[in-house]
Amino acid sequence: MTPTPLLETRNLTVRFGGVTAVNTVNFSLKEQELRCLIGPNGAGKSTFFKLLTGQLPPTEGHVHLRGQDISGAMPHQISRLGVGIKTQVPNVFNAMTVEENLWIAARRNHLPKFSTDLAEKIMVQLRLTGIAKREVGQLSHGQRQWVEIGTVLAGEPDLILLDEPAAGMTHDEVERTAELILEINKKRALIVVEHDMQFIKMIAKTVTVLHQGAVLIEDDVRTVLQDKRVQDVYLGKGLAA
Amino acid sequence: MPNMNGMKIALIGSAIAALGVITAPLYVDLFQLMQLTVFAAMAILALSLGFIWGYGGILCFGQTSFFGLGAYAYAIAAINYGDSTPALVIAIIVPVIFAALLGYFMIYGGISDVYLGVITLTVSLILLNLVNSTAGDFYKIGNARLGGFNGIPGVPTINMPGDSSYILSPEQAWVLTGLALIAVYLGLRALIASTFGRIIIAIRENETRAALLGYDPRVYKLLTFMIGGAVAGFAGALYVNWGAFVSPTIFALGLSAQIIIWVIIGGRGTLIGPIIGCLLVQWMVTEIGAQQTLDANFILGAVLIGFVLLVPKGIAPTIRDLVASRLQRNKSATAIEDVKP
Repeated sequence: MTPTPLLETRNLTVRFGGVTAVNTVNFSLKEQELRCLIGPNGAGKSTFFKLLTGQLPPTEGHVHLRGQDISGAMPHQISRLGVGIKTQVPNVFNAMTVEENLWIAARRNHLPKFSTDLAEKIMVQLRLTGIAKREVGQLSHGQRQWVEIGTVLAGEPDLILLDEPAAGMTHDEVERTAELILEINKKRALIVVEHDMQFIKMIAKTVTVLHQGAVLIEDDVRTVLQDKRVQDVYLGKGLAA
Repeated sequence: MPNMNGMKIALIGSAIAALGVITAPLYVDLFQLMQLTVFAAMAILALSLGFIWGYGGILCFGQTSFFGLGAYAYAIAAINYGDSTPALVIAIIVPVIFAALLGYFMIYGGISDVYLGVITLTVSLILLNLVNSTAGDFYKIGNARLGGFNGIPGVPTINMPGDSSYILSPEQAWVLTGLALIAVYLGLRALIASTFGRIIIAIRENETRAALLGYDPRVYKLLTFMIGGAVAGFAGALYVNWGAFVSPTIFALGLSAQIIIWVIIGGRGTLIGPIIGCLLVQWMVTEIGAQQTLDANFILGAVLIGFVLLVPKGIAPTIRDLVASRLQRNKSATAIEDVKP
């Protein structure tokens, strides 16, 4: 008997009017697994994340977290079950300082004193200590992404969803992000959506490719990147050659 | 985590203000004291909107609903009990229950911010018409006749707790109202500095993020709305106590609009701002009312437009930013000197 997967979707589907954004996706993730999710623009990656976190209710199908059906649950309920997400456009508390952002996230599960310590520890890990007292609204896009990743970590989830964590980052920052993801993966499961193939190569083991809302292929990173169909849909026909 | 420096300043400022309130009867004549009393009651009303709008991000256009309900609840209870102490408690409970019901349907129903404003405004007008049409002997609660558009005259004013024959003098009522304003200010201040306060600010900043971190925004918004209702109801009770009279005009559009103007002029996102805005506007309206050349509403409108165009943040935040940038400049100036060999 196989152990219960951490996350499992069965025939997950969402339609907006006539458009099927996510189409009968059957997806499974083991405890502490690191999965990369790729696919061209409009493949349904961010929508898939919204379904997993309760920001959108599915039209059909189910999402199971450790065997528990969470389809249609509210975002805060799913978050309390141990799912954290960094969204594509940073969702942070702009008028608050970096340390307050992390403190609020930690405070959900911990007492004030412990939350302060946890926020401090994460700021050291993410190298945010220098800007701890700055208002997040005044920071650069890259820094705001780090702050958002920090708030996700401060919630101590078992499953972390990262939607384009390397977007808009410099080469050094991208490398640092890759290191960080591998470090986080020692304890927690992750699903990472990314466009940057260099970045995917740095971190990926198993890759799932979404295309027009459906799973195109799911395999080892090398096999996937050499797959002719993936090259076609991802780079556009002709460019792949 | 919350900034304790600001709390210290608030405490010192409040202590000085409290001293001023207590000694005011020594050097202010009775007429002005009465005026200050109604200003202070209104300032508490301003605080209630300043709190839910500035910190909770809920723009309630009908804060007068809770103010008026508190006022009527106080009047009816005071007439029936002949004692102001239970009446004051009821004046807070009734608006809180009303805010809980109204807030539940709006917030859990997922009504957007704009419609929340429209609905609250409409509710205050419904209450206005409802209470307006309660003239006649038929409409009474216990011994209290609601009186329709005539209102309820001769409401018993506040007495010493436990001794309903000892009615507070106007001077004592002023001290009570003034200290109540300071107490409400400090109470809200402490609330904002608490975890609850941090969370409602976080929800104001980004509701999606707060939910994704596991906070249910609806619970926090509803609680914020209810606290605002409680404070407004308390203000209503103090207001009735000032004039010993309440009429349906308390629910009218004019006051609803004025509360918003106080908060805009004084500054959103602060607590001292709404107090300043309220006192300033009321003082101005009274001064203009004393002369016959210009219409008070005309001047008020002009001042509001001036503020929105020139000082969009309001008085308190603008002053705070000025002081902060001055301090910043001094700090960076010394930093440069430090670099010198």
